[in-house]
Amino acid sequence: MGMRSPLRRALGLGSAKEGTGQWWAERMSALALVPLTVWFVASLVAMAGADYYALRDWMGSPVVAALLILLVFVTFYHGALALQVIIEDYVHYRPAKFAGLIAVKAAAVLLALTGVLSVLLVLFTA
Amino acid sequence: MTSQNRPLSPHLQVYRPQLTSILSILHRLTGVALAAGTLLLVYWLVSVAAGAEAYESARALIGSILGRLLLFGWSIALFYHLCNGIRHLFWDVGLGYELPVAYRTGWAVMIATVVLTLLSWIIGYAVMGGL
Repeated sequence: MGMRSPLRRALGLGSAKEGTGQWWAERMSALALVPLTVWFVASLVAMAGADYYALRDWMGSPVVAALLILLVFVTFYHGALALQVIIEDYVHYRPAKFAGLIAVKAAAVLLALTGVLSVLLVLFTA
Repeated sequence: MTSQNRPLSPHLQVYRPQLTSILSILHRLTGVALAAGTLLLVYWLVSVAAGAEAYESARALIGSILGRLLLFGWSIALFYHLCNGIRHLFWDVGLGYELPVAYRTGWAVMIATVVLTLLSWIIGYAVMGGL
């Protein structure tokens, strides 16, 4: 309100106008992760003691594979957004901050891709 | 005017820890722990895709004492982050900010974490036959 000068307000340069975008994305992915996580943990508990072939059969069914891909994708999306905020909160030395931000994004993309490809491989060789 | 030596408002080290503040930082800490735990998730998925032999070595690693301890800790972190995350989502729509409510939901999250963790491991071991 009163913190910006009249000129600043008139020019409309006060913010990047997308400040809530990341916050919103983190919440939406959190919301999606609630049922996905409950399903995944319940499945793991139910699969406890199962052998490799039972596990592979389970993972190779289209519905399970789809849910696993969703789980992997949303988990890394949510995790990358959250780790970005944590780095921005605590790391103020700029080179370390940018290295950290890039490392988090790169690791999230690579790990998510590896996980998704593994599920697809099981699905298509089932 | 230098901004280096300005007095700071009372900070972490002079605040008495409260349930609300402890649970708040635990949400972050468990989140970071879970991010590290995703390595295990991906390793497990890769091992299933790579074949029976690879899966057996993953199973041996996860089934070792250290592996089970890590998995147990990870399950606590997961249930805590899940329950407290739901608490946060209620806050995000403006519900549950009153102090007594915030304390009650905080205790509920801790109790739910313990119950869900124990339930998962008991069912996993006693009913389904373990890792």
